[in-house]
Amino acid sequence: DAITYHCGALSQRCINSKMDTVFGVKYDGGVVIAADQGNARSILMYQKNLDKVVPLSSHSALGISGPNADLVNFSEYIQKNIALYELSNDGMKLSTHAQANFMRGELAAALRRGPYQVNVLLGGYDAGTESSSLYFLDYMASLQKVNYGCQGHASAFCLSIMDRDWNEGLTEDEAIAIVEHCMKELETRFLIAQPNFIIKVIDKDGVKTAKFGADPADT
Amino acid sequence: MSYDRAITVFSPDGHLFQVEYAMEAVRKGSTAVGVRGKDCVVLAVERRALAKLQDPRTIRKIVSVDNRSVLAFAGLTADARVLINKTRVEAQSYRLTCEDAPSVEYLARYIARTQQKYTQRGGVRPFGIATLLAGFSDPSAEGDVAKPVLYQTDPAGTHSNWRAQVIGGRNAKSLREFLEKNYEDDMDEETSVKLAVQCLLEVVDSGAKNMEIMIVRADGRAFMEESAVDVVVKKVEEEIEANKDAKKKSTDE
Repeated sequence: DAITYHCGALSQRCINSKMDTVFGVKYDGGVVIAADQGNARSILMYQKNLDKVVPLSSHSALGISGPNADLVNFSEYIQKNIALYELSNDGMKLSTHAQANFMRGELAAALRRGPYQVNVLLGGYDAGTESSSLYFLDYMASLQKVNYGCQGHASAFCLSIMDRDWNEGLTEDEAIAIVEHCMKELETRFLIAQPNFIIKVIDKDGVKTAKFGADPADT
Repeated sequence: MSYDRAITVFSPDGHLFQVEYAMEAVRKGSTAVGVRGKDCVVLAVERRALAKLQDPRTIRKIVSVDNRSVLAFAGLTADARVLINKTRVEAQSYRLTCEDAPSVEYLARYIARTQQKYTQRGGVRPFGIATLLAGFSDPSAEGDVAKPVLYQTDPAGTHSNWRAQVIGGRNAKSLREFLEKNYEDDMDEETSVKLAVQCLLEVVDSGAKNMEIMIVRADGRAFMEESAVDVVVKKVEEEIEANKDAKKKSTDE
């Protein structure tokens, strides 16, 4: 997509294609965050084992979609700032709510300068309240706390499935089952083939990888 | 009032008095001892008597600047806070750009560079603190074994590597001589802790509540429990008593 010059200033069209898929499902005591593992641009497939669910802190993870540059840049920037907060405040952990709002602030500030073209789902567990939370945050800095969510074209297919399947008091296995139900639907009906998904779980014990399609080991 | 006029200027005989006065401020601070062992670094600081109504947890003299590095300081607490915050940001900035943890030496160099800048700029005074930075070196840099390191910085802006060092307090010089006499290479953790406690006991009233000890190991760091410190203090004091008696006996004979 073209980068155009206008009055000497650099302006860039939106290159976020919404081809990436990110899922989030909150259950009783945790959150499941899943994302496809493709890294592609235009007609090129760069890799099929990219891990797009980035741990931000010991008990939160960010499912992130968008051009690889913004994806990596934004997630690392937020990650290091959260680490700085914890080090500067005697080990006090930033709540998921605070992390989400911090990210929103950064996206909003960058929006009218050079936006981070990332759409994310933040899932976290807070030991203080013994509860999990899931936040939907898109590149325009729209923030919303939700029980389940999708980013990308996948939302057209999968939000209705989540509407139907989700209820209060799910277990971890039931939450993963909802994600896999959505993955199956995409496999059947979505034009873009996304053979590999990585599924991570955030609960009181931290962030762990439940399943992956391709080992992201040497990303 | 022009702020471009330097405060730290040379005296006719080549002294930077502001820097030397800053070192006086360090001497007024409470003592901090650092001892490097074979596989650990021990930081022991004097915990001065607090006001009764004060919460002791808010007075921190040993702080983390990074997941891998710990810092103890002596001197003006407010100056320390500013310098420590700058260092923490620098550590995260390093991690963001280099995707790797900064070495202890890098952070010590950064602190020293910052302290020096403030001796050569207009309108500012030097930081009135000296720091001890403890941590482990990157294993891949030294034949796959992480080695303990201890660095010291001072108000002049120098940084140097030490096997054992004391900063702060009126008796730093004599404590350093004590360390020189009793330090041995490759001490295990127990011996290193004992040496640090022995050194601190020369200036601190006996008792675990007057000192704070942190042990930095290759896989992490932890404050010593007060009860554990008490045990070491008792042992050291018993040894001192035993030596006194032995001396007494030999003079009596």
